[in-house]
Amino acid sequence: MTVTWATHEADYFDRSEPLVPGAVVLDEEIAPRAGWSAVVRAGHVLTLVDVGGNQSGDCLIFDAADHDERYSVQSTLAAQRNAYLVEGSVLMSNEGHPLMTIVGNEVERQDTIGGACSKESNTLRYGHHTLFHHACRENFLLEGAQHGLGPRDLVSNINWFMNVPVEADGTLGIVDGMSAPGKRVALRAERDVLVVISNCPQVNNPCNDFNPTPLRVVVTDPGVAA
Amino acid sequence: MTQDLGAGRRASTATLAQARDDARGRADTAVEAMPYLPPSSSPYAPEGVDPGTLVWAETVGGPGYTHATVARGTRIRLEDVTGDACAHVVLHSALNRGERLNVADTQKIPWQAYLGQGHPLLSGDGRVLATVVADTAEGHHDAFCGVTTLAGNAARYGAGEAHAATAAGRELLLLAAAKEGLEPRDLPPSVSFFKGVRVAPTGALEWTGAAGPGASIDLVAEMPLTILIANAAHPLDPAEGYRSGPLRVHAWAAAASAPSDPWWSATPERTRAYLNTQQHLLARGIR
Ligand SMILES: [Zn+2]
Repeated sequence: MTVTWATHEADYFDRSEPLVPGAVVLDEEIAPRAGWSAVVRAGHVLTLVDVGGNQSGDCLIFDAADHDERYSVQSTLAAQRNAYLVEGSVLMSNEGHPLMTIVGNEVERQDTIGGACSKESNTLRYGHHTLFHHACRENFLLEGAQHGLGPRDLVSNINWFMNVPVEADGTLGIVDGMSAPGKRVALRAERDVLVVISNCPQVNNPCNDFNPTPLRVVVTDPGVAA
Repeated sequence: MTQDLGAGRRASTATLAQARDDARGRADTAVEAMPYLPPSSSPYAPEGVDPGTLVWAETVGGPGYTHATVARGTRIRLEDVTGDACAHVVLHSALNRGERLNVADTQKIPWQAYLGQGHPLLSGDGRVLATVVADTAEGHHDAFCGVTTLAGNAARYGAGEAHAATAAGRELLLLAAAKEGLEPRDLPPSVSFFKGVRVAPTGALEWTGAAGPGASIDLVAEMPLTILIANAAHPLDPAEGYRSGPLRVHAWAAAASAPSDPWWSATPERTRAYLNTQQHLLARGIR
């Protein structure tokens, strides 16, 4: 049995550039299988680059000043009356306020119903032999702990570059992605927000082509020339 | 809206004796939204259920909320009395409040977005908190939209506070949570019973409404469980005004799911979820 745990560098990688121009506030690479977090100031734009293609970036968003107010899948979907995220989608909080807006998007649709992977749910989905596989929930817990967040703060998330269709009879699941190396999504912060991303380490489904690859995250300030 | 028509000034309360008589004279008033104690005295005890086994009997007004912590094996029936109820439900393990309903896993792991009979309500820890063991609402439920918010109801109806006639579901859940020792961060996404939503091929969320008066669902607690229920208008309810009707709750001592139940082995993912739950409880000496 061959398991590809991660690919850190390859000739097909495309690290692209920020989708919205402006002074670069932050430019970091999230290694395959790793967690990442940062505060994005109101008005700044976070561009996430799918460096290797079809790499799910599991994402949680919190009000930077009040972590009790956080991303709500359900408020977001009810407000836009659609199950998929596209350009123009407003990412709403559990209090019904905008946290971020998708101001650029290069894949057909983004997922927010598939949730994050976990060691525990791996045992249900793929069998008990996968309990030891690293998972997004581990990254969320470790990254969140740096900001005082714990299991009670983990809610249903966004999966950038992941594809979760819902069929007429309600069947839903993760299928092959629609992204490619260098594809991007850009999020404008509507207030100061804490963004937590897990570069998904899953190796049992196509959320990352069964091969974790890097994500590039660039934050720009459109109000200041590059 | 439920009104206590007996409330308000009725007699002189100038002296302590008068005030005490007045207060005591208010008891034994029956209104629509109230608990029935002891539960075995419920005028609405479910058919076929020995009233002596009831542990909780209540009618929740619309809008309104309730909550309880129940034993493993408790069967909880929610009934949409008039067809206008919407029960927004959040579940926590009473053994560890960090373990709670995970709506994404509840949809993803059974490969099924729509709730119906046999659907497991899963935690984020790979276990089953409760199972939908009966459903006469024929799938008129929703796990996509959650509850309304104070901001949303203020914009749509003019008010959304818990004390308003147009209360937001989240405001009611916050109160139910607080009564169980839980905080705002303890409220994850919820599931909604008795109001249906379906996803169109475009992703559009389409309202399918209610099953009608008298529809009910039964949940079985697979572990000691805290259940929070807000009965409030659904976020996508297209009605001109705020729509909410009474929700009836009856719970009785029954049995947790067993390998002989069809939903235990309905899919390999569910079987493993029940096995994880069973082992979690075995280690604690809970059977
Ligand atoms: Zn993952």
